[in-house]
Amino acid sequence: MSASARSAVTVNLTPTSVAAPSRETSAPAPVRMNISKVNFFYGTKQTLFDVNMSVAANRVTALIGPSGCGKSTLLRTFNRMHETVRNARLEGEILLDGQNILSQDVTLLRRRVGMVFQRPNPFPKSIFDNVAYGPKINGANDPIAEIVERSLRRAALWDEVKDQLHKSAYELSGGQQQRLCIARGLAVEPEVLLLDEPCSALDPISTAKIEELLVQLKDSCTIAIVTHNMQQAARVSDFTAFLLVGQLVEFSPTPQLFTTPSDPRTEAYITGRFG
Amino acid sequence: MNARLRWRKLVSAFMLTMTGVCAFVAVLVLFFILGYLVFHGGRSINWDFFTKLPTPVGEPGGGMANAIIGSAKLLLLASLFGVPVGFFGAIYLAEFSGSKTAFVVRYAADLLNGVPSIVIGIFAYAMVVLPFKHFSAYAGGFALGIMMIPITLRSTEEFLLGVPNTLREAAMALGASKWKTIATVIVPAAYRGILTAVLLAFARVAGETAPLLFTAFGNRYWSPGFNQPIESLPHMVYIYAISPYEDWQRQAWAAGLVLLGLILIVNIVARFILARGVSVQRS
Repeated sequence: MSASARSAVTVNLTPTSVAAPSRETSAPAPVRMNISKVNFFYGTKQTLFDVNMSVAANRVTALIGPSGCGKSTLLRTFNRMHETVRNARLEGEILLDGQNILSQDVTLLRRRVGMVFQRPNPFPKSIFDNVAYGPKINGANDPIAEIVERSLRRAALWDEVKDQLHKSAYELSGGQQQRLCIARGLAVEPEVLLLDEPCSALDPISTAKIEELLVQLKDSCTIAIVTHNMQQAARVSDFTAFLLVGQLVEFSPTPQLFTTPSDPRTEAYITGRFG
Repeated sequence: MNARLRWRKLVSAFMLTMTGVCAFVAVLVLFFILGYLVFHGGRSINWDFFTKLPTPVGEPGGGMANAIIGSAKLLLLASLFGVPVGFFGAIYLAEFSGSKTAFVVRYAADLLNGVPSIVIGIFAYAMVVLPFKHFSAYAGGFALGIMMIPITLRSTEEFLLGVPNTLREAAMALGASKWKTIATVIVPAAYRGILTAVLLAFARVAGETAPLLFTAFGNRYWSPGFNQPIESLPHMVYIYAISPYEDWQRQAWAAGLVLLGLILIVNIVARFILARGVSVQRS
């Protein structure tokens, strides 16, 4: 039973595993973010325990695990979005290019580390103004219209919306809205893009478009994605971190984690025995 | 069994009729007032009413131009004072304060909303009239402004809290500071509601008389600037309605009609703004 389930995962994995680097075959990508000894508390309740991992430059790193395991919490610490929650407390060290993000100016940090959320959350503005928002508040060197077009192209949305840029973003479909949110994030030229279950509210076709997009974005961007969908992690990511009740159980190159997990709990999870 | 069923049906029919009648009465009162005002005041509304000063007793004609302009000036001052305090207070409440502070401020605002308007008049008298030693539009505007604060604050807060948190997160994840997020995303998303709140607060104080009795005081002539006693429509209604002269009483009805018309228009505009499309997506 477990063997057949695992082979099913392996089949899904094939397209990615060809391109994905593994420790044996290619040189490790440089580390963009380094997370060490991260403990996280909501009030007195601890939700992350001594997490150590890294995010490789120009790669997709996936965080997987059952609901409530702390994967979203961990992702939100990467650009300090956890600070918007009252009583949240973080201990440990998170380095971006060797510098501790906890001692940086938070608005500057978030320009470098963007985020896309679970539900599409466009502003109640036009499509154009949504994408232009970041460059407008942060200041930009290029003309805004140019940035908007470039970002929409990178998010593979340009062809669908180029004739209706001044329509309300709410008139787009859910999948288009999510790609708009990605374009909005890309418009500030982030070095790292965090995605918190970006496809959980989308249909399979929109999901496929976004996954395809993520693979393309790797050239210019470092990506960390939280997903509850193991197949998705296997399809798009180069590295995968598996979390369980606030602990990082395993962190390895994706093909390795899905084919030869070193921890029995990882194996139990990816073969569908719980979660 | 059958008797019991009949009894139940009887009770049901009685309750249905009674609640229906009560609902009808509630609506009827408004139309009754409106009809009465139109009937008694309609005759005295003419061009002169809006352009002429009041005439001395016994001299027919004249209007309430000074009271109309006076009310406008008082409401302008009240809005300039009350709306910013209420608006920014609401922003603090909705976006910055902890739950304890918010509870205290909210409770205080509700209490202030319940303070009798005559008491607010006395307060304005003590704070503004006494130090300057004379009645003025400033004093009246101050009193009305105080009344606008809690109404603006509470409803603005409601509309700000109605903006989904996901929009705050989206803006902050793009590198917007808290203040930028509020100014460029939260307030624009809630502006229809906020505008409605301000208009309703405006309409609420437009008809207040008590706070003006010993602050704006009243004035039968033009009141240049803001530093002198000034007339207002509700106060004019009060003076003219209790006068023994039939001509004045008719004009009081007319003033009431103008005032009610103004308040109704503001209310309807406010509803219209709020109903014109939802500005925030509900998921």
